[in-house]
Amino acid sequence: MILNIALILAAQLLGEVLARLLALPIPGPVIGMSLLLAGFMASKPLAERILPTSQGILAHLSLLFVPAGVGVISHAEVLGDTGLALMAALVGSTLLALIAGALTFVVLGRLTGSQEAEK
Amino acid sequence: MTELPDIWSYLREGPLLWLTATLIAYLIGDALFRVSGRNPLVNPVLVAMAILGTVLWATATPYATYFEGAQFVHFMLGPATVALAGPLYTNLHHVRRTLLPMAGALVVGSVTAVASALWIAQALGVEGATLASLAPKSTTAPVAIGIAEQLGGLPTLTAALVIITGIIGAVVVTPLMNTLRITDWRARGFSVGVAAHGIGTARAFQVNETAGAFAGIGMGLNALLTALIAPYVLGLFQ
Repeated sequence: MILNIALILAAQLLGEVLARLLALPIPGPVIGMSLLLAGFMASKPLAERILPTSQGILAHLSLLFVPAGVGVISHAEVLGDTGLALMAALVGSTLLALIAGALTFVVLGRLTGSQEAEK
Repeated sequence: MTELPDIWSYLREGPLLWLTATLIAYLIGDALFRVSGRNPLVNPVLVAMAILGTVLWATATPYATYFEGAQFVHFMLGPATVALAGPLYTNLHHVRRTLLPMAGALVVGSVTAVASALWIAQALGVEGATLASLAPKSTTAPVAIGIAEQLGGLPTLTAALVIITGIIGAVVVTPLMNTLRITDWRARGFSVGVAAHGIGTARAFQVNETAGAFAGIGMGLNALLTALIAPYVLGLFQ
């Protein structure tokens, strides 16, 4: 358990170091994710070892947004001035991005004959 | 014997109280979510935010004091991003077969998210640093804050807009996809990961394992793409 957590943190640490060393626009944790994925592909035992830990962390992904979420309330007055306009932009663009992304995926999936495996 | 107000003022300043409160508020949110039959409007993050916001307001506790305790939870966002390698690996066979649909949906979804947000906000009179803060709002919080800084936005405002975007995405994705009659879990998951980052991904995992995995991939890829395109798209609106 501790070893698994240490490996995940080490991947993030390495990602942060690489991002700064090479001045990449990619965030450290995202590089860490790619490194860990490469590790999984190279070694099946490593993947089987860490998979339950990663599932455990991701099962409570929502919880991790709560502290930042509470900060939204402290922004209430900033949002007050342009709040309605920003809210309209957030709702409108999220709906449009969801529709555009999902339809593009489905259309290209049909064109390339890539059907969902299990239904 | 120590008086109750003294105990309170001691606990209020330490991390123990606010860390415990964060976990309990989330557990209450999660319990209400289950009781509601997993109604997306009863989003656990939204419920926890409302409970904690009320407690902070009622006890006149500054957000900075609260965050000192809650930062242990907040810190886990980084390791959780790394942990996305797990579902990515177990869904690798899906990924190999869906490279083109994913690439297309990523570019279209990501550009739509940034451009339509800026377009709507500008049409309604938003400008300057607030507009720059809005550009990366579909990206996961730690990445969005970095992008906002580069663009001359306000990082804390960006954090707020990111969270609200995630909640909107988590709430609307299921009814919207049902209305559009999109049944492919890969398309549903991937698009919510691109449009609504980690909160959308958390919602996708609650609904379907494949949708969750594809949401994680979409969120990771969108973090890269938004960092690259946001300066150019914002340039069109300034």
